[in-house]
Amino acid sequence: MTAKKFSISQLILMLIVAVFSLTCLYPFIMVISGSLSNEQDIAAYGYTLLPKHVTFDSYRILLLGSHRIVNAYGVSLLVTSVGTVLSLLLTAMAAYALSRRSFKLRGVLSVYVIITMLFSGGLVPWYIICVRYLDLKDTLWALILPSLANAFNMFLIRNFMHSIPEEIHESAKIDGAGEFRIFYRLIAPLALPVLATVGLFMALGYWNDWFLGLMFVDKQELQPLQLLLRTLISNVDFLRSSGNAAAMQRISAQIPSESMKMALTVVTIGPIVFLYPFLQRYFVKGLIVGAVKG
Amino acid sequence: MKTITATSSGRPSRTAVRRKSGVLKDLYKNRSLLVMFLPFAVLLLLFNYLPMAGLVIAFKDFDFSKGIFGSSWMNPLLSNFEYLFSSDAAFRAMRNTVLLNILFITVGLVFEVGFALVLNEIRHKFFKRVTQSITFLPFFISWIVVGVFSYNLLNYESGSINRLIEWMGFPGIDFYSSSGLWPLILTIAIRWKVTGYGTIIYLAALTSIDQSYYEAAAIDGASRWQQIRHISLPMLRPTVIILTLLAVGRIMNADFGMFYAMVGDASLLFPTTDVIDTFVYRSLRKTGDIGMASAAGFLQSTVAFVLVLSSNYAARKIDKDSAIF
Repeated sequence: MTAKKFSISQLILMLIVAVFSLTCLYPFIMVISGSLSNEQDIAAYGYTLLPKHVTFDSYRILLLGSHRIVNAYGVSLLVTSVGTVLSLLLTAMAAYALSRRSFKLRGVLSVYVIITMLFSGGLVPWYIICVRYLDLKDTLWALILPSLANAFNMFLIRNFMHSIPEEIHESAKIDGAGEFRIFYRLIAPLALPVLATVGLFMALGYWNDWFLGLMFVDKQELQPLQLLLRTLISNVDFLRSSGNAAAMQRISAQIPSESMKMALTVVTIGPIVFLYPFLQRYFVKGLIVGAVKG
Repeated sequence: MKTITATSSGRPSRTAVRRKSGVLKDLYKNRSLLVMFLPFAVLLLLFNYLPMAGLVIAFKDFDFSKGIFGSSWMNPLLSNFEYLFSSDAAFRAMRNTVLLNILFITVGLVFEVGFALVLNEIRHKFFKRVTQSITFLPFFISWIVVGVFSYNLLNYESGSINRLIEWMGFPGIDFYSSSGLWPLILTIAIRWKVTGYGTIIYLAALTSIDQSYYEAAAIDGASRWQQIRHISLPMLRPTVIILTLLAVGRIMNADFGMFYAMVGDASLLFPTTDVIDTFVYRSLRKTGDIGMASAAGFLQSTVAFVLVLSSNYAARKIDKDSAIF
């Protein structure tokens, strides 16, 4: 490169990027600090970057005192794992079928999928179909089925499979393998980079979803974590009424509602942030592959 | 497995199949592919195609017990729409949707291209990697969590920003009752959440530019700034145009998640933040006004369809490979 490694302009650019990065990090730190602070400090000083007195009370109450939170965590975990596995399997199979050059119907079927990207019935008919005709109200399936099939994801995988040489099919055929076996044994392993990326997108979608819960779930025991967090934020008294009163009393005389909110937020973000450093590079690569030929 | 070998043995040669084949023959030959496609197709049918057919409820007097297709037609047929157009709130929601989207698209464009250019100039590899990871992080969290963050910053009693303002000796601002500030707040929130993500495609486009252009320009004595103006920016142009056109195609749709998580039921903020999606949601689930909700949804779907088609057509004109279809 012609530019030197450290010049004034380089420093200015790095400063700009550093400031923006800190802005991105700040709310995370604030929430973690808030979850470790005691209630009196938050009341006196507001949210601070570092907790003045570190306490794990809010996490203890979160785990022991409130069965609703533990339950919501279970719902979110279940929906995310089942949803991601099913969604990836069905989407990849459909993508495989549409990627086969010898499959004459693939043109027609592609159009069938594309139309769903262009036009939608919108919220009202969608809601009524789900509730009145598919009977999804207050079921776990309501949190999984509606976002199982996504045209965009399907095309992302199909495009990748398209680039796998046709000869692989031919030779597998000669060896006597059927389509299912070719898909499972040969193509899926070869398409692993795109399957991992799309799978991550799906998992993220399910973990972060609360819209389906908001639309279809009124029963408390089926509420996913994100929805519970939303309820908690908009309703300060929620914790006092929801928990196991005796257990809470044992832990703390007064329930720290502010730091509890922060603790629940941390717990909600938790899995993503732990996975993030390992997955990010994969993610970025997959995104670029998808974007260059989407 | 026996069945697998049975289907693939004794198959006629390719040309012979083509000569004889009809649709049925092809269907039979590829029945395992069809089976693989079937579950996906059924899901699309249930969750995408049935709702499309369900759009007729915009013209119906919907009765839950009779269902979409059993309910009687409105008399006159367009009553739901008349009702919708006579409502100030509906007009306000449509105006907000379009104006906010224009704001988000333009500010987003400037920030994402700008951030990509800045990152691309930075030579320090490690710094670049770490900051890119950090700025990508907010993309992974839900709008609900962003809602918590913004509440922590903005609420009147203990919000960090209000604490700061008071510390500097000014009176605090009650953000949750000042609707005028929210287009700005929402824009900042989006930029915070998706700038790192949105930058990736521009950054990829920048790194794929042939380095010899820059070397030649440098030999001719072009400064770094001149190189950006005359090489980087023109090379980004097609990407910028296409991404913008595709965003324009979605101008009638708002991110319900963002609005619901950040604004929620704060009706004081509706003058600037109520969009079609939140309006339809409220009419459907809160006020139970299905006629109004379905008419608004119908308009949104049809206008969005026209916009998507035309923006994709335009994108195709500019760069054939970059259009979605």
